[in-house]
Amino acid sequence: MGDFMTKRVTKAILTGAAIATALGGIAAPAYAQRDPAYAAARAAGEVGEKMDGYLGIVVAETPELRRIVNDINIKRRAVYSEKAQESNATLEEYALTAGCIAIAKTVPGEKYQAPDGSWQTRTDAPPMRDSRCP
Amino acid sequence: MTSDELTDRGGLATTGIMQGKQGMRGIKKMAVAALASLTLAGCITVEAPDKPIVIELNVNIRQEVIYRLAEDAGNTIEENADIF
Repeated sequence: MGDFMTKRVTKAILTGAAIATALGGIAAPAYAQRDPAYAAARAAGEVGEKMDGYLGIVVAETPELRRIVNDINIKRRAVYSEKAQESNATLEEYALTAGCIAIAKTVPGEKYQAPDGSWQTRTDAPPMRDSRCP
Repeated sequence: MTSDELTDRGGLATTGIMQGKQGMRGIKKMAVAALASLTLAGCITVEAPDKPIVIELNVNIRQEVIYRLAEDAGNTIEENADIF
């Protein structure tokens, strides 16, 4: 009986892993790379980093860009929420902090939101950030 | 209550008569006070600010909180490189 159960559980785990692998990326480890569509939109300056820690659409909105941005932002929000709770901070505090760092990490050519709300193209110079950013 | 229990009536209120010199002194004091207040009024000036008062949004998020979270947020971004 015990042996039978163990086999069943093992089989279930293996099946789950196989499905996850087939769907692609679900069981992917950390340090994964950006989705190609997102990477392309980012490099083209169609999307940019906002001050609040989320991604924004810089150019005229298209359904495809909206899909990419929503997908990323939903995932970011989930991460912020979890980490904020661990750090005993609010979601907004954590998101704003991540926004500071995400803007600092943009590379020349990418878009980011300046403290006045305008979209800026990152150059070699440090980005214009909120005065509270570290 | 009967009238027996009441105490005797007090004397009628009288008006004091101002006496020459003392009365004048009072008027002088008032004049000095009025002058002093006029002089002081010239010193205290309250000017309206020429620029509108700006209240920054998200003011409830303090810099010290951001500094405390910075390292952790940096790690989070590296660990979730696919969505940043």
